[in-house]
Amino acid sequence: MAEEPISRAEVEHVAELAKLSLTDEQASKFTSQLDEIITMIDGLNEVNTDDVKPTTNMADATAILREDVAVNAHQKDALINEAPETEDGFIKVPAIIDESEDA
Amino acid sequence: MTQQFDNLTELHQALVNKDLSATELTQQTLTNIHDHEDALNAYVTVNDDEALAQAKQADESGIDADNVFSGVPVAYKDNLTTKGLLTTAASKILYNFKPVYDADVVTRLRAAGAVTIGKTNLDEFAMGGSTETSYFGTVHNPWDTTKVPGGSSGGSAATVAAGDVLAALGSDTGGSIRQPAAFNGIVGLKPTYGRVSRWGLIAFASSLDQIGPMTQNVTDAAAMMNVIAGRDERDATSSSKEVPDYVAGLSGDIKGLKIGVPKEFLGEGIDEGVRDQIKTAIKKLEALGATVDEVSLPHSTHGIQAYYILGPSEASSNLQRFDGIRYGYRTPNAKNLEELYVKTRSEGFGDEVKRRIMLGTFALSAGSFDAFFMKAAKIRTLIIEDFKKVFDDYDVIVGPTAPTPAFGIGAETKDPMTMYMNDMLTVPANLAGLPAVSVPAGLVDGLPVGLQVIGRPFDESRVLNTAFAFEQNTTFHELKPSMSKGGRA
Repeated sequence: MAEEPISRAEVEHVAELAKLSLTDEQASKFTSQLDEIITMIDGLNEVNTDDVKPTTNMADATAILREDVAVNAHQKDALINEAPETEDGFIKVPAIIDESEDA
Repeated sequence: MTQQFDNLTELHQALVNKDLSATELTQQTLTNIHDHEDALNAYVTVNDDEALAQAKQADESGIDADNVFSGVPVAYKDNLTTKGLLTTAASKILYNFKPVYDADVVTRLRAAGAVTIGKTNLDEFAMGGSTETSYFGTVHNPWDTTKVPGGSSGGSAATVAAGDVLAALGSDTGGSIRQPAAFNGIVGLKPTYGRVSRWGLIAFASSLDQIGPMTQNVTDAAAMMNVIAGRDERDATSSSKEVPDYVAGLSGDIKGLKIGVPKEFLGEGIDEGVRDQIKTAIKKLEALGATVDEVSLPHSTHGIQAYYILGPSEASSNLQRFDGIRYGYRTPNAKNLEELYVKTRSEGFGDEVKRRIMLGTFALSAGSFDAFFMKAAKIRTLIIEDFKKVFDDYDVIVGPTAPTPAFGIGAETKDPMTMYMNDMLTVPANLAGLPAVSVPAGLVDGLPVGLQVIGRPFDESRVLNTAFAFEQNTTFHELKPSMSKGGRA
């Protein structure tokens, strides 16, 4: 492990991947906190895990199949009602490309 | 209502005998909750009108004599969906979210006649051990309101300890039922992974999350398990294994029970007062006929490290869905879709949630995946194997639930690392998917301490019976905070 487990630039990169924007102050604070946490979890490297299989799923069953039948839950209106902005029964979102900044 | 009820059985009998009506009970419960809210802040939403309507309905259709939850108020952690009733996960990003369906556990308790009294406060998205990260403010411990109630199910624990309700539900990803149960002097059970459906639980870490009861005594926890346990086809991880009668399993007899006490659970980092109290508790179990040996879970000391990789990794994935499009908070000032996502999330999530999302995103990112995520997943295998070895020779494992009693509000929020270390005794059971209960084991400096009992997968009956034998032969569960109207002065 490098001397510095995570740099500020890496924290900013990770935030971008997670669709979060950080203020300057937050970026500094998270860098030092994540640095400390990653140093702590890096202690796992003391343990030899050669030939150990990873556990990523705790369920005791494998795939369970059901009949492929469509069900109408009649919840469309209730679901649409929860959306912050709607129009004519559709969820409304802003433009994917910001037209106001078009050259 | 002047008489007080110590358990569901007594309360149920009073309802059946018509000593009081469900409406009177619900009215009094609501009054007690509101009387305590200034001091505790245990609820995000109190369900005043609808709870009274449900109680009235219970009175009209008649109390079901065969059903201990008939007409009884129950509180739900606010990360369990309730149809049409605000469900926030204590986050700004869900500040206005009204689900279109009930969680399976809510459906089951409603079918059993329970009245939905309200939604309890928690750490935002259940991420924390003190209920201080809630967007809706800190919860206070009824034993001493300058102390935290633990977390993340701090609101459920506080309202049960304060005597407002006899039964609440919590969720436990790394100790979030057991640690607040310990800090509040109540019983909290994390069932086996798969025993209770998570349909309608707002997901934090899907390979770790379980829903479980928080009650004033072991029998009531068992009664609640009888209602909520079992297969639900909407949660593919829920088990089809037969659900035993957990109340019938409480014989109180633990003669010949083989108990293992991991030396790692009484070592470094455990408060001296807690250690003494737990050692006394273990002697009590021995006096009741159990045999006790020291055992070792050598990899459990790495549990925290593995947990703080796996939990955040799963959380970073689960929390991608909160984007301001379909429900919840949406930023008012986005010029395009990308900005809508980023601003909604940045304005909607609190710091602890952001920290964990970033930690998880980091652990899963190219270049870190093998070194962190896969390494932790392998350590998890070793922790599971440690437990299996001990359970070859022993029936249950006991130790403290938390390394200290409740700490002061604000004492650990500045340093996430100190906060994370509190989970050292509870995360191993989550990583291994095992059932574990915390049962009151006395006071240290006036604050409750919990004894933790961990069992084999799907061996809730034995775990609960061990806790029951301890409870019935001690008076710790009778200790109540002065705020509790059910207190015995």
